[in-house]
Amino acid sequence: MNVRLYLAQRISAMVMAPLVIGHLAVMIYAVQGGLDAGEILARTQGSPWWAAFYGLFVIAVAIHAAIGLRVVVHEHLKLSGAVLNLFTWAAGLGLFALGARAVYAVTAGG
Amino acid sequence: MGALRQTRAAGGTVTTDPTPDTGTLDVAVWRGDAAGGDFARYEVPARESQTILDVVTYIQRRLDPKLTYRFACRVGMCGSCAMTVNGKPRWTCRTHVKKVAENGRLTIEPLKNLPVIKDLAADMTEFFDKWQKAEGRFHGTKTRHDEVARISSEDAQRQEANLGIECINCAVCYSACDVVEMNPDYLGPAALNRAWTLVNDARDGARVERLAAVAGDAGCHNCHSHQSCMTYCPNELNPTRSIAGLKRATAKAALKGEI
Repeated sequence: MNVRLYLAQRISAMVMAPLVIGHLAVMIYAVQGGLDAGEILARTQGSPWWAAFYGLFVIAVAIHAAIGLRVVVHEHLKLSGAVLNLFTWAAGLGLFALGARAVYAVTAGG
Repeated sequence: MGALRQTRAAGGTVTTDPTPDTGTLDVAVWRGDAAGGDFARYEVPARESQTILDVVTYIQRRLDPKLTYRFACRVGMCGSCAMTVNGKPRWTCRTHVKKVAENGRLTIEPLKNLPVIKDLAADMTEFFDKWQKAEGRFHGTKTRHDEVARISSEDAQRQEANLGIECINCAVCYSACDVVEMNPDYLGPAALNRAWTLVNDARDGARVERLAAVAGDAGCHNCHSHQSCMTYCPNELNPTRSIAGLKRATAKAALKGEI
């Protein structure tokens, strides 16, 4: 962990915090009126705003979690150097791919 | 209570030891070197007032002269006698047996997270090397011909530096640090605490170089704030606080493009 990774992890956390609160607040608000999954998808699909909202969240998660996992494997599995960098990129890109697929499914089309 | 110990002083007069025996301590001492070792057991007379260093010294002088350990000042100033006592790092010259013995038993080992030279003497080389890597040296900017810098004791930066300057380099914090244990390259709490005191020293001329030195892969950002350093520091310093200060200062410097 160096200062650039530290900043990336802290900034991505600052991005995630309001998005998580926003997600939970909207979810609770949406189900109060009795909306089902289909009705919610009808509102999110085709919405560039929801795509940006969850897309930004997925990017922040991929950065934040990859750096966190990097620290864990460095300390506990003793990975270092190029192998550690490779692991970090693989974890970040893997999480991004999984998240991007979900964002696409929820916000594409419409 | 045991019998009062009588000794014959140099002049031939019989004197009474002011600290009578109060029983026997069962002491396990780690014996060995870098290649390995094991615990040896000793029975040591317990005294009314007795430190761990007294116990180790008794063993070396009365029971086993081959026992190796390190001490110098005996009054908590030099930082050379730290050992692991019943699993915890301590300065042995100011740790009273009564405070740490468990049912009259003591287990004494060398400091953790450092290589062993022999028995209770740890090799401090990497500990002091890391002080250098963290730019733990003062970089003066004045010559003897300049006026002495005037720094108010009320100055906030000076007060921050004062919080960390009583470090005696005993390596208790380094031995207690979980991050050092998991990541041997980590500079450790003592070196980073020292760096923070110099970052806050207005007379020092290497602030940016020092921040760069502690912002790398082995630097301050590895600290998980477990606070073991603060818990065990015999001088009640708070290296975790110093490291948090370094994290803030390096982050600001990185955002400004200074490092």
